[in-house]
This record gives sequence, structure tokens and C-alpha cells, in this order.
Amino acid sequence: MAMTIHVDIVSAEGAIHSGQAAMVYATAELGEVGIAPRHTAFISRLKPGDVRVENEHGEQEHFYVSGGMLEVQPHVVTVLADTAIRARDLDEAAALDAKRRAEEALAGHTAQFEYAKAQAELAEAIAQLRAIEKLRKMKG
Amino acid sequence: MAGAKEIRTKIASIKSTQKITGAMQMVAASKMRKAQDRMAASKPYSEKMLQVISHLARATPEYRHSFMAVERPHKRVGYIVVSSDRGLCGGLNSNLFRRLVADIKEKRAAGTEPAFCTIGSKALGFFKRFGGDVKAQVTNLGDKPHIEDLIGPVKVMLDAFEAKELDAIYVASNEFVNTMTQRPMIRQLVPIIGEEQAAMPYHWDYIYEPDARTVLDALLTRYIESLVYQAVVENGACEQASRMVAMKSASDNAGDLIGELQLVYNKARQAAITQEISEIVSGAAAV
Repeated sequence: MAMTIHVDIVSAEGAIHSGQAAMVYATAELGEVGIAPRHTAFISRLKPGDVRVENEHGEQEHFYVSGGMLEVQPHVVTVLADTAIRARDLDEAAALDAKRRAEEALAGHTAQFEYAKAQAELAEAIAQLRAIEKLRKMKG
Repeated sequence: MAGAKEIRTKIASIKSTQKITGAMQMVAASKMRKAQDRMAASKPYSEKMLQVISHLARATPEYRHSFMAVERPHKRVGYIVVSSDRGLCGGLNSNLFRRLVADIKEKRAAGTEPAFCTIGSKALGFFKRFGGDVKAQVTNLGDKPHIEDLIGPVKVMLDAFEAKELDAIYVASNEFVNTMTQRPMIRQLVPIIGEEQAAMPYHWDYIYEPDARTVLDALLTRYIESLVYQAVVENGACEQASRMVAMKSASDNAGDLIGELQLVYNKARQAAITQEISEIVSGAAAV
């Protein structure tokens, strides 16, 4: 039997692929890498591109990843795939956007958290819930 | 017979409400199952990452990322508050906010100021009413939240942490215990609380490309994002479970109400008939 290596491709939103392979190709940060079974431990960032998984019969499966991490241990390859395209300036834009949305939504509100008011309203809501519960019990 | 007609309309209206709550219950049940699947699907990623991170942390002891740094005294802390976008889900959000408010009170007594990042429109509405330093927000994630939507808000908080504007970041969200129980929880996100691991049996290290530091930085950010994503997905499952239970009790209550009204209606009708008969009989007797 040919030597194989276990491949897991996972993203934050779910597993994408899991299985045995004879060879794995990926676009690492410094160039394309091919991982054969018993490769030494290796870790790298991935560039957006193809991850190819070749099984014992020479058939290849293609997976597109928009970036992520590649972790290699002698018997396991793990691709931690990003589901989004990541770049420093893109992340920055997303952060600014989140800030702007908060400012827009909360325009004119005070920065001081009004603890007493919040607690009063919550106490009322909880009391209402409890009253409903009690009513239900009395009826049931 | 004026009363009887009114009661009849009321029964009809309650019946249609019951139909709506019944439908909502069934929709919530099916969405809950999907949300639970999503919860399970997000686990392998962060588990794998934690494994790699803890290895890296041990393999390169000379470099400690600020997210893993030792705790500094808490002057300002950040909360990422995960809530639902819609209401009608029982006490889910108010229980979470109550837990949060208690925590803020405790922190404030110790001289710590809070800052917030809200996820979901209920949390945003809450801070709109009560004020609070909201640094970032995101709403309308829908039933299938995507990690892209969370990158921005999480980065705002992490940047604040790195700039030493925040000394710790917590995530406030509901924990899915089972369909009937959801527990509001506040967990520390940053600094990462490292679990003590058994010593390595023999020393080995990765080949890093380009270098350990870059790799570790990229990993840590993604790890934290995935934790927040998990909290959001879990909260989604909680929302659906809680809505299911709330809608079930609403349907039951509507059923009870219809039963009672039906009795009142029958009595009113009977009374009207009896009255008519007695009028006829007395009329006949008078002739």
C-alpha cells in the first residue's frame, strides 16, 4: 500500500474535506509547496489559491481557499481555511465600518452607562416573566 | 345576544393568533436544529487552532504575543455583547443583560470602566436606551452568521486592547445547555487563558514560513474571531430554542383562553335561549 497522509481542511464555519492523500499541494506564502507523507513539521500562511489533494490513484481534488494556515505534521496535514478574503487594509476597512455603524446608530446618546435605569427595566422584565410563569402554574 | 357575537369574534381572533404562534414554534424548532449543526461544525476549527497555538506558545517561549500576556490590572474592560436580532424569544436577552449589568456593577465597584461592542440589534437597542461607550456594532446577521461580518467589530476591540485602551475583553452570550435551558455567560476572551499542558515528550518544532511571529499573530487573531463566531452561533441556537419554548407556551395559553371563552359563549347562548322560551311561554299564558 502506498504511503498516505491524513488531510483535514476545516474552516470556521465547518469542515470542508477530510481523508487520506498521497500528496497535498498548496500555495504557501513563499511559494507553492507539495507535502508528501512523513513531511517534517511545517507551518505557513496560505495565499488565496488552490489546495490540491491527490489520492493514491493519482486523482486530484481541488479546493479553493481564500487564505488561511497550513499546518503539517508527519502524518497529518491541516488546512485552516479562511472563509473571507483577508488583507490588512480590508480588515481595517471592516473595523472602521463597524465603528462608523456604532456611531451612527448611537448618535446623541450618552457614553455613560446608566446602570440604575437599566437595572430597573430589567427587574421589571424579569418580574413580568415570573408573573406569567406563576399564572401558568396556577392555571395548569 | 350582543355578548355572544362579541365572544365569537374574540375566539376567532385568538384562534388566528394561536395559528401564528404555532407556526413560529415549528419554524423555530427547525431553525434550532440547523443552528445546532452549525455549532458543532465550528468546533473542529478552533480546537485545531488551540492545539497549534499552545504548541507554538511552548515552542517559542521568547516571544509572547500581547494577547497571551500576563494579566495587567483592569482599568478599562471591553465586553462583546452577543444578542439576538429579533424579539419574541422569552427572557433570553433580558436575562443576558441582567447578568451583564450585575457584572458591570461589580467591575465598577472595583474602579473598572466598561466599553462595549454589540452584536445583534437587541443589544444595540439596550445600549441606546441606557447609554454606554459602544465602540462597534453589527446587526442583522441573519440565521446563518458569517465570520466576515464579525472581523470588523472584533478587530476594533482587539486594536483597542493592543493600544492598551482595554485591559481585558469579555464575551457575554448565552450558553446552550439544552432546549429548555440557556445560561447567560460572560467569558474572558483576551488575554487568552492558557490551559496548562503536559510537557512535551521530546522537543520538536515547526519549520516556519515566513517566521514564528507572523504565523502566531495570524493564528491568534483568527482564533479569537472563531471564538466570537462560536458565541454568535451558539447564541443563535439559544434564540431559536428559547423562541420555540416561548411560542409553545403562547400557543398553550391561547388554547386555554379559547376553552374558557367557549364556556362563556355556551352559557350566554343557553341563557338567551332560556330567556326566549320563557318569554314565549309567558306570552302564551297571557293570551
